[in-house]
Amino acid sequence: MIQEKIVSKRFGKVNPLSIDSYIKYDGYKGLEKAVSNHPTQVIDEIEKSRIRGRGGAGFPAHIKARALANASGPKFIVCNGDEGEPGNFKDRMLMENDPHAIVEGMVIMAYATGAKKGYVYIRGEYQNAIKIMKATIQAAEEKGFLGENILNKGFDFKLEVRSGAGSYVVGEEFSMIESIEGKPGRSRVKPPFPTDKGIHDRPTLINNVETFVNFPYIVLVGGEEFAKVGTASSTGTKLISLSGNVKNKGLYEVPFGTSIRDVIFQLGKGVRNNKPIKMVQLGGASGPIIPEYMLDMSIDFDRFENFDSKTGTGAIIVIDDRYDIFDVLLINMKFFVHQSCGKCAPCREGHIQIVNLLNKFKTHRATEKDLMSLENLAKVIQQTSLCGLGQTSMTSIISSLRYFRDDYFAKVRY
Amino acid sequence: MMLLKEILSKYPQDPEYLIEILLDYQTSKKTHYISAEDVSRISQHLDIPESQICSVISFYTLLSMEPKGRYVVQICHDVPCFVNDAANIYEVLVELLGISEGETTPDNLFTLEITECLGCCNESPAMRVNNQVYTNLTPAKVEKIISDLRGEVK
Ligand SMILES: Cc1cc2nc3c(=O)[nH]c(=O)nc-3n(C[C@H](O)[C@H](O)[C@H](O)COP(=O)(O)O)c2cc1C
Ligand code: SF4
Ligand code: FES
Repeated sequence: MIQEKIVSKRFGKVNPLSIDSYIKYDGYKGLEKAVSNHPTQVIDEIEKSRIRGRGGAGFPAHIKARALANASGPKFIVCNGDEGEPGNFKDRMLMENDPHAIVEGMVIMAYATGAKKGYVYIRGEYQNAIKIMKATIQAAEEKGFLGENILNKGFDFKLEVRSGAGSYVVGEEFSMIESIEGKPGRSRVKPPFPTDKGIHDRPTLINNVETFVNFPYIVLVGGEEFAKVGTASSTGTKLISLSGNVKNKGLYEVPFGTSIRDVIFQLGKGVRNNKPIKMVQLGGASGPIIPEYMLDMSIDFDRFENFDSKTGTGAIIVIDDRYDIFDVLLINMKFFVHQSCGKCAPCREGHIQIVNLLNKFKTHRATEKDLMSLENLAKVIQQTSLCGLGQTSMTSIISSLRYFRDDYFAKVRY
Repeated sequence: MMLLKEILSKYPQDPEYLIEILLDYQTSKKTHYISAEDVSRISQHLDIPESQICSVISFYTLLSMEPKGRYVVQICHDVPCFVNDAANIYEVLVELLGISEGETTPDNLFTLEITECLGCCNESPAMRVNNQVYTNLTPAKVEKIISDLRGEVK
């Protein structure tokens, strides 16, 4: 089987609203093991596992964890459940199906780093997940896995759910910190990084939901064992949100190194009505659009790095040949017009110009000069934007200019 | 106005909880919005300027200072839904409700909005009505949802 289930192994087997059901399924065993060792050993195992963050950028998890552990005074841990990138639903599925695994991952990190307070930030659209996570935190507190003197080991950790209110950019770390402080989610200039100055200027560790769910497993089996799955640069498994025109849309878990084609055809059972694939968008609106002939590419952070995007979230959106690439690009770009926080000009003004240019192509009014303008403007936005939104939003444009150039020429008026 | 007082008392008196308070209060109101009067009461309670509250409300799309219909219908239009007939579902809603994006029906029952991805792309097309998500939409399904909501009010 091409699926290998680590983070989704309890889906459908545990009752998400029952802590006893979770405990029966090895729940909180990772935490028990973690607290029987020294905190630094937990981070050592995470380092050996070589796990990289599952929120998109693929940053090595142990580096941030160690930075937080080395900081003194009050510090915070945040679970990023904002999942605003269109095409992704993995974090919602984790929160709805195995919420205690997220709490366990966070408590393990609290033990490892000395943080006493944490937040689970969940986008406001995910009302069901918010309800479940709140109930989960309460149940974990009642059983002594959260709160004061956890497992009688003399460490405390309090956890709170924070709700988003409809903003994509809040998924970005500094915007999220602002939002947790009760403010509009506008990013800050880095450095300093959140592990130096985060919530209320205190050191803050932010990881994605799926990243946290991996931690109990890593502690339980050991870092080296974990790293046996996957590839040299990307260890472990990846949740894949498969959507679009495939027969079996859904959530799948595969080891890193699996090809995109296998996910689409073996797990997704191919395209509905057996239509040809026109394009596949990876990661979400800020991810590249690739043609059918590139589908043998494997799911791997090193491959994804070619695209400077948040491809690493694991969304795969399949689009058949009934659709025009300019419609898809316009939906992506209008999304960014809407989601720009307005703090810096290249992003605030640039996306509007990109939409205008794309509309010219869509309606056959574009000239060769427009093609050059589009190419240049995309680069300017990518290189001069303040935060990750504008730095990654051009990925679909830039990749389409590379792989679908003929579609552009077909629309140019000579 | 008892309601706002009740909601304020549920949260620590700390500006950190501003967004939670606004969301909670707005959801509890039939008109789904924060009025100027609400802003000034919350500003007094949390001891922060009204302008700060207004900037928060205008930043987040789920918060509003304009009254809305009893049912806020939000249809998703991102790529995974778009390639699964979402544009057609939007047209069906326009037809059924007699309004287009951003408008409210004259009886103040429905507001129609377009939303970003609801994280249900595995069951696209999807829409949200207040806090309830509906997925795998077809024209027939949408018609039933709207007529059921109309029936609920009668
Ligand atoms: C505009 C923007 C939106 C983002 N949205 C999310 C998100 O919804 N969820 C997420 O986990 N990370 C998101 N990220 C990435 C986070 O900033 C951060 O890298 C991540 O939460 C770190 O967790 P990880 O190391 O476990 O991946 C976003 C980044 C940017 C620039
Ligand atoms: S790149 Fe866009 S979202 Fe990021 S700070 Fe600048 S305007 Fe705001
Ligand atoms: S694109 Fe519509 S729910 Fe994700």
